[in-house]
Amino acid sequence: MIVAERKPFEEIKAMVAGYKRVLTVGCGTCVAVCLAGGSKEVATLNAELQLALGKDEISLGAATVERQCDMEFLAELDSLAVEYDALISMACGAGIQFLAERFPDKPVLPAVDTSFIGVNLDVGWYEEKCRACGTCVLGMTGGICPVTMCAKSLFNGPCGGTNNGSCEINTDQPCAWYRIYERLSAQGRLEQIMEVSPANDWSNQKPRKIIQPGYQERIKALQG
Amino acid sequence: MDMKSGSRLERVLKAGHFAFTGEVGPPRGANVEALKKKISYLKGKVDMANITDNQTAMVRMSSWAAALFCLQEGLEPNYQMVCRDRNRLAMQADILGAYSHGIRNILCLSGDHQMFGDHPHAKGVYDIDSMQLIAMVKKMRDEGKFQGGADIDEPPRMFIGAAANPFAEPFEWRVHRLAKKVKAGADFIQTQCVYNMAKIRQWVKRANDMGLTEKVYILAGITPMKSVGMANYMKNKVPGMDVPDEIIKRLKGVEKKKVAEEGIKIACEQIEEFREMKGIAGVHLMAIEWEHRVPEIAERAGMLPRPEV
Ligand code: SF4
Ligand code: SF4
Repeated sequence: MIVAERKPFEEIKAMVAGYKRVLTVGCGTCVAVCLAGGSKEVATLNAELQLALGKDEISLGAATVERQCDMEFLAELDSLAVEYDALISMACGAGIQFLAERFPDKPVLPAVDTSFIGVNLDVGWYEEKCRACGTCVLGMTGGICPVTMCAKSLFNGPCGGTNNGSCEINTDQPCAWYRIYERLSAQGRLEQIMEVSPANDWSNQKPRKIIQPGYQERIKALQG
Repeated sequence: MDMKSGSRLERVLKAGHFAFTGEVGPPRGANVEALKKKISYLKGKVDMANITDNQTAMVRMSSWAAALFCLQEGLEPNYQMVCRDRNRLAMQADILGAYSHGIRNILCLSGDHQMFGDHPHAKGVYDIDSMQLIAMVKKMRDEGKFQGGADIDEPPRMFIGAAANPFAEPFEWRVHRLAKKVKAGADFIQTQCVYNMAKIRQWVKRANDMGLTEKVYILAGITPMKSVGMANYMKNKVPGMDVPDEIIKRLKGVEKKKVAEEGIKIACEQIEEFREMKGIAGVHLMAIEWEHRVPEIAERAGMLPRPEV
């Protein structure tokens, strides 16, 4: 899932300054699971803003949609949004942008910092796992991402700084390539990393679009 | 003799001499006089000097610029390039520029993580890694092609170096990683500073057994200990460094005034052993901020005079 963190209150407060009627929009999917931008967090943020700014300064509304990254769900907000001067979005960066696209005449303000694609280690505890590099090499690396989990995104590690299983940056951070070696060695698959892995295709350096096979015709028609 | 680059280092090694190389850290500013002074200590005493590239992620004069000063002063440079600070376009452009100014050796490195230096918030580039950099320089030289595949108008002919850390865990993997660097195109290897002789013997033996030392020249890294504090720091604080307790004991066993002397003695003994070690083609002396002692160490280690090639 996408993991985000709520922005510091002062930063949000500064962004909404001057807007009288503000609608805070949560998202019921990833950011709700990682406790950053679901309906609960919307209610908390609104309460904090109300308390800090006072009833005369601001009037706040709340709405949480299933997914802000889906136009269908954003359409539910059409009649509500017109009543507000500005929208706060608590979705990930994708959701925030889609909301802004749906209501292009409204200021849309982000209340979270979108952090990473990660996993749930425990309630409230998440770890980054993927940088969406576009050319997944997990098959070669024993299911451990060298782009994300190695501090230098090396494709032919470990580097000389690997430190008895830890990364050179920090003894609390496992060395990804040490783990890749251990796992492949245990599986008897070290030959996977014996060859030089070629320079990566960083396709994530430009905006990307995907149309799944079978949908080309339909999308063409939609685009007119 | 068939030369890949014709660099002095290549000529020394191919003639079968035991190579002796040094290191110069560029200044933290535009202090050319300080740089020239460091260079003057090494000139004629080593076959070539590594010019470090923003070492420990601290900004310094760029390694190609400092390498040019080195060249002008009559000391052959080994142009270090790390993957942390530039992408493949900048790297290839710098290699072309360095080569056209007469630089003939390059050392391909990952580089210390940016968080260690004085700009910890910088974006680390790591577009390619050190292995891919080696392969890229080889492709430029041997195929006359850029990494992207286009033809190069007058390819740069570099003698390609790489680093190896024989001590980092998993030890089993180290020799395979060396093999990968050889496969990628490394002509010579400079190792991490060696203090654990037993372990390097083991590593070199494996490299011999795998036939790697017939394909690549290995120069063992030597850094004389200046003090007990330095030895402790190297042991405990520098990732990937292996300093056995005997070394620290030996340094502690002499009068405080004589610790540096003992450090040099240890270094000379190591060099002596490396000279006889099958699979080791030379030593690389990293006398960090101790360049003025290099002539003396070279003399005492029996490395002088350097051969005419
Ligand atoms: S290799 Fe790329 S796509 Fe695969 S997990 Fe890592 S960043 Fe994600
Ligand atoms: S120590 Fe391991 S994880 Fe850290 S940068 Fe080096 S190879 Fe990557």
